[in-house]
Amino acid sequence: MKISLIVSMILAGMLLYPGTTIVQAEITDQLVAEDNCVSCHLEMEILPADFQKYDIHLQRGLSCAGCHGGDPSSDDPEESMDPKKGFIGKPALKDIPQFCGKCHSNIDFMRTYRPRIATDQVQQYYTSIHGKKLKSGDTKVAECVSCHTAHAIPSGKDGRSTVYPLNIPSMCDKCHGDSEHMKGYKIPTNQFEKYARSVHGINLLENKDIGAPACNDCHGNHGATPPGIESVSHVCGGCHVNNLDYFKESPMSEPYVDLEIHACEQCHGYHEVSKTSDEMFGVSEKSVCNECHTEADAGYIAAQKIHTSLSNFVSAYDSAEAQLREVQKKGMDDVEVLFLLKEAHQVLIHTRTLTHTFTPSKVEEKSQEGIEKSRQALEIASLEIEDYYFRRRGFGIATLFITVLVIALFFRIRSMDKEEK
Amino acid sequence: MKKIGEKIYTWVDERYDLSPILKFMSEKNVPVHHHTVWYYMGGVTLFLFITQVVTGILLLFYYRPGADSAYESMRFILTEVNFGWLIRSIHSWSANLMVFFVFVHMFSTFFTRSYIKPRELTWLTGFALLALSLGFGFSGYLLPWNELAFFATKVGTDIVGVIPVIGKPIMAVLRGGEDVTGATLTRFYAFHVAMLPAIFTVILFVHVLFVQKQGMSEPEGLSKTKKTMPFFPDFFLRDALLWMIVLNVLLFLAVFYPWDLGFKADPFSPAPAGILPEWYFIFMFQTLKMIPAHVLIFEGEVLGILFFMIAGLAWALVPFWELKSKRKGLSNPMNIVGIISIIYIIIMTIIGYTS
Repeated sequence: MKISLIVSMILAGMLLYPGTTIVQAEITDQLVAEDNCVSCHLEMEILPADFQKYDIHLQRGLSCAGCHGGDPSSDDPEESMDPKKGFIGKPALKDIPQFCGKCHSNIDFMRTYRPRIATDQVQQYYTSIHGKKLKSGDTKVAECVSCHTAHAIPSGKDGRSTVYPLNIPSMCDKCHGDSEHMKGYKIPTNQFEKYARSVHGINLLENKDIGAPACNDCHGNHGATPPGIESVSHVCGGCHVNNLDYFKESPMSEPYVDLEIHACEQCHGYHEVSKTSDEMFGVSEKSVCNECHTEADAGYIAAQKIHTSLSNFVSAYDSAEAQLREVQKKGMDDVEVLFLLKEAHQVLIHTRTLTHTFTPSKVEEKSQEGIEKSRQALEIASLEIEDYYFRRRGFGIATLFITVLVIALFFRIRSMDKEEK
Repeated sequence: MKKIGEKIYTWVDERYDLSPILKFMSEKNVPVHHHTVWYYMGGVTLFLFITQVVTGILLLFYYRPGADSAYESMRFILTEVNFGWLIRSIHSWSANLMVFFVFVHMFSTFFTRSYIKPRELTWLTGFALLALSLGFGFSGYLLPWNELAFFATKVGTDIVGVIPVIGKPIMAVLRGGEDVTGATLTRFYAFHVAMLPAIFTVILFVHVLFVQKQGMSEPEGLSKTKKTMPFFPDFFLRDALLWMIVLNVLLFLAVFYPWDLGFKADPFSPAPAGILPEWYFIFMFQTLKMIPAHVLIFEGEVLGILFFMIAGLAWALVPFWELKSKRKGLSNPMNIVGIISIIYIIIMTIIGYTS
């Protein structure tokens, strides 16, 4: 009893120790070696093409029979793959959600692996376009295996996973970018190209910022569905909370609903959301306000005022930043200037967010706050630069004074030497 | 004004009889020959020490030792205190120049054989002053509590810990514990502003007293017609002239190459690349780096430290084992010892900075 307790504790310790991966790999190797399904299929070279030992099910001790049923302890194929022993074999495409859901929808079973694991994937799936179409008999649509693979499923946090954030856009694009596959669905197939050019795509795919939204962040995961007119702003507002709140209270909110215009999408686009700039506001050619407003209407004037406030602020901020670079170049103290400019930058972000109120007075008020901070930073930076030249002038005067003394001493010493001679 | 001066002199003279001092000063002469220039090195070192004391006291007005306050108070000195940047930079630059001139003074004394009888104790006190100067440098380096100083102190005290038998206890005493922490900082502060200055001042007084008592040493083999110049005012004015030039150099360095403060030390962050001790420790640091981990049955680092301890002891005791020879230049064995030492220090320092 005592020995088994000690052994259990050692094994538990081994699993908790950083070497867990090594221990798991050993378990997997042992499982593969002892499981008759694997050893037999391996010998006959009929293992599934995507079979990987890093599959999380294998890692957690679930072998083939865990999903496909049967008796892996028997080396007799007829016995091990006997339907009477629960053998299912390869499930039909339409049955895959239930096939995976056997375990993944069972909270009692799943919580033994992770207490807070979600078990509503199948339920959500049937609310999605994919799920609805599968139910109606369309087997071209995505089911569990289409996104997760069948036998190579690592944890979603593993970079090898098809549903790891960086891999999601290309995973969705496998079907959604295939015009042949998508024929008949009447939706475009260039979303990936557009997304890759967007500010979200650049951040995720080029900068490898997994905090940037991928397809699922807007469309949902298992309940994937295109957001409707009502919900599109909520999708963007999920992350851009303040922008949405300001917009809702803005004078633009109601007319947008009346005109059935997508709130965010109207100015920013959707898959191809480009990086915003202050030029988007105002009345110049780059402005998006021009698309609806014409000269002299209230919106046109408001856009012009907001752009002017923003430009004045940015100009003050840029001047202070240029002076900061000069301070740094001269090796002077930049701490206070940096601090003020950080504050000004925060105000700038807030001011840009406030443009979604479409209220010139609010933007102007915040801009003035930022201009004041930038002015203070500029003033301190200028003092530092002045101090830089003061130090040099001081050194020049000191050198002059010392040089006069040195020359006087030199002549005094020379005259003394002459007297002694 | 002159009358007031005379009155003060008379007042003091009546009470303390200043005539022996005046007599001594008026009769004090300095030999004149083609090595006279080296006599000024001690004076320059003294000037830099005085600069250290004055700027150090000014820094003390604002400096607050402690892991949470040292760096912040240094930043305050550099950014808020009037001319704080100048005082701090002069303090740092004069510290480095002082160590440099201590070395120049020492090697000039070595090559001119000024250490021989009867000046053995002058050499010994001078060597003690060199060791204390290095101690000043090592302890002062940590005081700003910046990243570079923190890790350099860690490495430096680690090396001390390698010394057999006594290393670990010394390391613990230096650090005030097992690791370099705020306790090390306050300890180094005590060394830097109290202990070392007190010992240094006493030994410096004795050193200068020996020089005054025995006079300047004259190198052997000079012409028999001795030429001298009075210390007051001739030599003194020349000294003053040189001091002013050094002061101007100090100002130039402080204004155009102000000493960096760096980033605040974070004991939990990994050591940044390029951690180096002060330049005057580089030759030893580089030697220890280059010695293989094991030499026969001995640890390389231990051997290296023992080598420097023995070499340092031998250098301190030069007057007692000097290889006597009447040969001049490179054929004199002591000159060869000195030149090899200088070349070794320079080469190892260059490798230390470039590797």
